[in-house]
Amino acid sequence: MSTISEKELSDFRNDAAAWFAENTNADPGFMLPLTFMEVGTDQQFNFLRDWQNKVYEAGYLGAAWPKEYGGGGLDQKFQTIATEEMARANGPIMLNAIGLNWAGPLILDMGTDEERKRYIKGILSAEDIWCQGFSEPENGSDLGNAQTKAVRDGDDWVLNGSKIWTTQGNYAKYMILLARTNPDAPNKYAGLSFFLSPMQVEGIETVPIRKLTGEYGFTQTFFTDARIPGDSLMGKEGEGWLVAMRTLEYERGVKGGQPGGYVMRASDPFEIVELARKATRGGKPALEDPVIKDQLIQLMIEARSLQLNSKRGHIQPLVQDKPASLALSSKLMATEFMRRLNEFAITLQGQRGAYYVGEPDAYDEGLWQRAYLNSFSATIGGGTSQIQRNIIGEHVLGLPKS
Amino acid sequence: MSKKATIGFSEEQAQLLEVATTFCRDKSPIEKVRSLIEDERGYDDAIWTEMAELGWLAIAVPEEFGGIGLGMAEVVPVVEQMGHAMMAGPFVSTTLAAQAMLVSGTDDQKQKYLPGLCAGTKATLALSEPHGDWDLGHVECTAERAGDTLKLSGRKTFVENADTADLLLVSVSLDGAPALVLLERSALPEGALRREVVIDETRRSYQVTLDGAEVSTEGLLDSALTAAALTHVDLCASLLLSAEMCGAAASCIDYTVDYLQTRKQFGKKIGSYQALKHPIVDAHVGYEQARSHLYCAAFNFTQQGEGEVATRIAKAQAGDALSFAADRAIQFHGGFGFTYDCDAQLYRRRSLWCENQHGDAAYQRAKLADLLL
Repeated sequence: MSTISEKELSDFRNDAAAWFAENTNADPGFMLPLTFMEVGTDQQFNFLRDWQNKVYEAGYLGAAWPKEYGGGGLDQKFQTIATEEMARANGPIMLNAIGLNWAGPLILDMGTDEERKRYIKGILSAEDIWCQGFSEPENGSDLGNAQTKAVRDGDDWVLNGSKIWTTQGNYAKYMILLARTNPDAPNKYAGLSFFLSPMQVEGIETVPIRKLTGEYGFTQTFFTDARIPGDSLMGKEGEGWLVAMRTLEYERGVKGGQPGGYVMRASDPFEIVELARKATRGGKPALEDPVIKDQLIQLMIEARSLQLNSKRGHIQPLVQDKPASLALSSKLMATEFMRRLNEFAITLQGQRGAYYVGEPDAYDEGLWQRAYLNSFSATIGGGTSQIQRNIIGEHVLGLPKS
Repeated sequence: MSKKATIGFSEEQAQLLEVATTFCRDKSPIEKVRSLIEDERGYDDAIWTEMAELGWLAIAVPEEFGGIGLGMAEVVPVVEQMGHAMMAGPFVSTTLAAQAMLVSGTDDQKQKYLPGLCAGTKATLALSEPHGDWDLGHVECTAERAGDTLKLSGRKTFVENADTADLLLVSVSLDGAPALVLLERSALPEGALRREVVIDETRRSYQVTLDGAEVSTEGLLDSALTAAALTHVDLCASLLLSAEMCGAAASCIDYTVDYLQTRKQFGKKIGSYQALKHPIVDAHVGYEQARSHLYCAAFNFTQQGEGEVATRIAKAQAGDALSFAADRAIQFHGGFGFTYDCDAQLYRRRSLWCENQHGDAAYQRAKLADLLL
């Protein structure tokens, strides 16, 4: 690889900074979702789809993905810079999260050349929204027990069953789908296959799920004799578990290869410091309370832990005892941290912690309350924190299976 | 605190980590740790000599004083591995005495003592007092001038390995302000030392009664720099305690996991029960965080401001991590965990020592609040 000069990088950064300063609209006049799982209205959806498309067209998303499939073909350093500048400008999230961070890297990694050509560009441009069909109403944490059926019929596959927690299911053109192709396989995993399934097909119906916040963002997906083309199968029949596990590595951030940008806006302990200045305890700012200070510092330390763990993960001598440890624990740590951070932000508010979105007197328009309730989507989705602890216990510490 | 925390690892750190890992594992198996508990000295002088020959005492001392010219960052992996193997001895106290001298020693003192400290002369710190305050500026022992002599009085506590240290660095109140003075152990009157009974039995800790001890004023470090020297020693000590605790946490978790992988109850290995599996994972994740903070603190140690922040975070996190891991280690060993034969108690006792030297986690967070909020 040719070496990249500092000048090239700094020029790129200057251009990106200028572009994001010029084009970012962080306040369109309605509430923007903090995460890709909170896209509840068409207004939000359309705004974010346009935004992602614009960022992509400007060359600041997928900059390091291969050019032949629609990426920018540049070194990863350029995309990292672009993402940093996006964050600096307080840019809204990238909409097509499942496509960008899970399906896209998976297809580049394990897909055929034809699949890459067919899907990658639409993922980056947000023209093709992707969703994920893994969890089922009866099979959440026990993903390997998925029962949605795919039966070969001529050149097609016929789907029956139901998937749940389909993020953006109502908007999606494609689904990464784990389905049972052989109910008589020697074990439950061997009967599974993986599909890149079209969604706009007769027999596939999505029904919005109302979240604990009262809002939307997920659907349940029903398959009733839905017929999808034979070439929707990814990999070989019966290898679905393998592909699904790889997908989860992308989902949980264990494996890199994502196209950049971000699909969640994390709350920042430094923002909570501002809240602690506003809220009061005994007539004084809560920030002067020694117990509050202790908790705040603890949270700031944990925020730093996440940053430092990911940096230490690249220093080989410091991870050689248990090489998979930091990567496998990052999801647990990050999501549990966000939950507790948002929870603390509510208790900080004193009596006004009981206000909610819509109440004019709520601090910060009630965003902490909503963020706390929404934070469970991450501690439950993608493998609950309890499942994560099993994974770390078994795969990092070598404990026997539960 | 900068929003972006940084971490780095030098080639020298990597080499020292590798060498120290093997050395400490080979020289300090757990049977040896236990046999040294019964030994009055508490450490193996032959191993001390080997460490001196490896140059470990010289790591953070400049070359002009007989050192290697690296920094505290390179001492960290060594102490981490000593903690992993539960080693004890005067390595840390000697390193800290050298650091104090580098900040506020006179040129004559540095020339006179540092080459020796690099080569294996043992030193210790006499900074604590019966009041038990973590603030090293709180000094009640006194020194009175009598011509060129200082007459010392008062009592120092938690003086590690005072019985075998050649040199003591003592804090006293002189002319109404804290001062540091170098005292050769031979200058202490008969009966000045009393061994303390401490919770970590691998350590040797002494009270030193200064009454009757006299020292030339040439032993005084530069009094204008006393505060700087005490702050530096406090942070160096916190950094190395963090290293020791991280190392101990790693081996404590391994020790417990071993048991969870072998002990059976109700026909199943107990590590398959989530009531045990999940908390040990939490302990492991806590250790991983602490280790990231440790090497962040090592990397940033010389940075004004950020060095102190990172070090105090490292001390708080390592203390919490080892304390939790060792507490659960006892519990998860069940009845065996309640016996003297189970190593879990060694870890818990060590964590209670380390946490309570130079400020526990809550103390560090309070300091951080002053720095950051």
